[in-house]
Parts: sequence; C-alpha cells; structure tokens
Amino acid sequence: MSTTPIIGVLALQGDVREHAIALAELDAIARPVRKVEEFAELDALVIPGGESTTMSKLAVSFGLFPALRERVADGMPVYGSCAGMIMLADKILDGREDQETVGGIDMIVRRNAFGRQNDSFEADVPFAGPAGGDPIHGVFIRAPWVESVGAEVEVLARLTAEPYADRIVAVRQGNLLATSFHPELTPDRRVHAYFVDMVRATL
Amino acid sequence: MSTTPASPQTGTDLVKRGMAEQLKGGVIMDVVNAEQAKIAEDAGAVAVMALERVPADIRKDGGVARMSDPDMIDGIIGAVSIPVMAKARIGHFAEAQVLQSLGVDYIDESEVLTPADESNHINKWKFTTPFVCGATNLGEALRRITEGAAMIRSKGEAGTGNVVEATRHMRTILKDIKQLSVLDEDELFVAAKNLQAPYALVKEVAEAGKLPVVLFTAGGIATPADASMMMQLGAEGVFVGSGIFKSGDPAKRAKAIVDATLHFDDPDVIAKVSRGLGEAMVGINIDTLPAEQRYAGRGW
Repeated sequence: MSTTPIIGVLALQGDVREHAIALAELDAIARPVRKVEEFAELDALVIPGGESTTMSKLAVSFGLFPALRERVADGMPVYGSCAGMIMLADKILDGREDQETVGGIDMIVRRNAFGRQNDSFEADVPFAGPAGGDPIHGVFIRAPWVESVGAEVEVLARLTAEPYADRIVAVRQGNLLATSFHPELTPDRRVHAYFVDMVRATL
Repeated sequence: MSTTPASPQTGTDLVKRGMAEQLKGGVIMDVVNAEQAKIAEDAGAVAVMALERVPADIRKDGGVARMSDPDMIDGIIGAVSIPVMAKARIGHFAEAQVLQSLGVDYIDESEVLTPADESNHINKWKFTTPFVCGATNLGEALRRITEGAAMIRSKGEAGTGNVVEATRHMRTILKDIKQLSVLDEDELFVAAKNLQAPYALVKEVAEAGKLPVVLFTAGGIATPADASMMMQLGAEGVFVGSGIFKSGDPAKRAKAIVDATLHFDDPDVIAKVSRGLGEAMVGINIDTLPAEQRYAGRGW
C-alpha cells in the first residue's frame, strides 16, 4: 500500500486512546480530533465508545454535527463502537428526546438495550466478512443493540448466546461500520483491520 | 468449538474496567435529588454520583455520614439515562451489597462518608458492580486495585472547593509512576515493599507507565480552570462534588466545567466558559481544617 490513511478518532469523550492504539498497530495514522477544522485532512473517522448523550451534547455545543453529516454524505468511511453506533443510527430508542445523531445508517438502535452496568457482559460473536473465521470476543458495556435495519444495511454479526440470541450487534452500510461491542478493549484487531481495509479501498 | 454458545459473562474485570474507560474525558457530578441529576445530564455529565448530602454539607452538619436512602437513589436512576454511581462507607460491604441490589452502575467506596471499618476495605472482587476508590499516592491506589477497584480517583479534600489537595495527590500518584518506570527489575522488589503493594502489580505499572485502571481526579474542583489544570496534570476525567450545586448558577457552571474538561488544553475556551458563572462556592483553606476534619486521611 502506497498511502497511509489518516484516521481521526472523535475525541469528545470516551475510549479514544484505545482506538488510536488499535489503528496505529494497523499502520494507519490515528489522530484525535475535536474541532471542525481538524476534519478536513481526514480520510476516515472513528467514533469511540463513551457516553452517547454527552458526546451528542458536546457535538452540538461545538458545532460539529453539520461538518460530520457533510463528510458522511460525501462517503467518508466512519466506524462507530457502542456510543459510536448510536451516533451513526438514523433513529434511536431510549435516548434523550433532544439527543441528536450524525446518522447515515438506516437502522433503529436501542440505547442501553442489554440493561445497566451489572448486565454488561463478554460473549463470543461470529463476525461475517473478511474479518470472519473464529468468533470475535465481544465486550458489551451498557451496550446498544440494533432493533431493525433497512434494506441497504448488511448485518455483520448477531449474538448467538442466550438470552440475547439473534440480536444484531454489527452492521455495515456503504462506508459506515458500527458495532455494539468494543473491539478496542481487546487485543484482537480483526474489526479494526476490516475498517482500515474499507478505508484503503477509498483512497 | 462447542455447539452451545457460552453464556454471556457478567462482572468480569474487562467489563468493570472497560466501563470506566467509557467515562474518560468526562465529568461526574454529585447530585442529591432527581432535579439536580437532570441538570447534570443536561449539562453533559458522563455520570452522576447520588448522595444524601454533598461533602460541603457533610462538613457543616457533622455527624455520621452513610449510604443514601434507596428511594432517593431509585429516584435518580429513574430520572436520567446516564450511569448512576453511589457511595458506600469504607469497609461497609453490606451498604455496597444494597447498592449493587439497587442496580447502581458504579460504587464509590468513599472517605467522604464515615468509615465503617478501620482495618479493612471492602473485598471488591465479590461484586458484579464495579468500584471506584480514592487514593493519595501510588501505593494506596495499588492496594485498592488489589482489592478489586476498577477505577481510581485522587482523593483531594472533598467539600472544600480548594483544589490544592487534589493537585498534591494527582502529582504524587503520577510522580510515583514516573519513578517506577526508571527502576530496573532488581529495584522493583524494594519498590513494591516500599509501596506496600504486590510485586506483580508494581511491575505492570512500571512497564506500562500508567495504572491498569482509569485515573480520575476529585476533591475540591470548583471552576473550569480547576478542571483544566487537573486534566493537564494527567487526570483522565473529573469528579465535581459540592462545586456545582453550592455555586450561584449550577446549570451554567456544570456545562462550563464539562466544556473545560474537553478543551482543557485550550485557554481561549477556558476563558470563554469561565465568564459570567456567578458566585463560586466559598471554599475552605486546608490549613484551617483540623486534622479530624480531613477526609483524605481516611483509608490507608
């Protein structure tokens, strides 16, 4: 590969550092971004895990939503984990009434769908596509799930373990990727590698 | 591979520590009722800490400070969608059991409440709910992690509105970590002895150059500039106790501290959000606090 992609990590709040480490291990340039003017140079963006209401409020306060939506509409690849999945959803359930999202993936996502922190869990997740093979060990922390998806959305992973069997936890639509779980918290880099490959394909 | 998928595992180390990772860069605010919790959530808090009295009032009122009324905690859980934390007394494992049963997202084994056991902290491994604990130095932080804490905060001196002790504790913890990183393996054995912490954990910190859990700051943060300073010193997030709801305009100050924690390294933003906040909490000079009224000495 001749070009090294520059991938921003939206650094409003959350586990920015862990995503940056994962991306750097895959030979991408990871750059924490907090301001509109920092978006221009990016080839792609990761929206990390964190508290989605806080992220949304800060994005409103500092006027980031118009620029984010514009880049998504232009086809910039974006990956969101957990709170990032919520940010990429066209519609959310159990959020605050005033909670804005970037949108882009035609799906309905339910916030904190699995319950409170005591219900947070680890479970193996079979993952479709080039990242496939052995299941990915997923870490779900007050995680959302995908309630339903539109026709253009490819479902990449569903939970198999009861009581959550068949719940959708990873999706892709065009250049947008979202997971309910946090691959940035485990050493397995297959989900990030899948995303970096998506990014390289656009360069 | 087995044919039946393994059941989801709850209460694991990764899930407990990972929860704190999600709070990084955020502000956790003390609240005493549902109305304050909503103000905190509106301002962009990443979590709220439910307690009966903020530390400034605990100081004023005196007496024994305990876990909050379950009705009050339920009310706060019902009012907001962000995580809710609550405090248990040091060593009071039964209070912690109650908090876990109420479904709080994090338990703070806190020196702000009156300690219930003068020798033992809670064995935090026994719980599904993760714990945050205070520390004044690295040894104390590592002892809490050994007991199962999944997040550490500097103790500071709660309820004073005076940031000097939080500064001291943040600087001490981070200096202790830096010193470990220059020692060779032979010297780490003595370091572990001096820190009164397990060798394996000391070695892990020396190699990583950081704690194995998230480190927040707490105890005296009252202004946006205080939050900025703590973040620049190396805190990964901020607890604000009395500083918000003991000030003139809580909603505005809460949002200002959230914004300052995000743009901690941009003085122009700090200047902008510091304008027109109304009165800050009055504050107390630590020198005038008698030893028995200092909370940071509680726990060991």
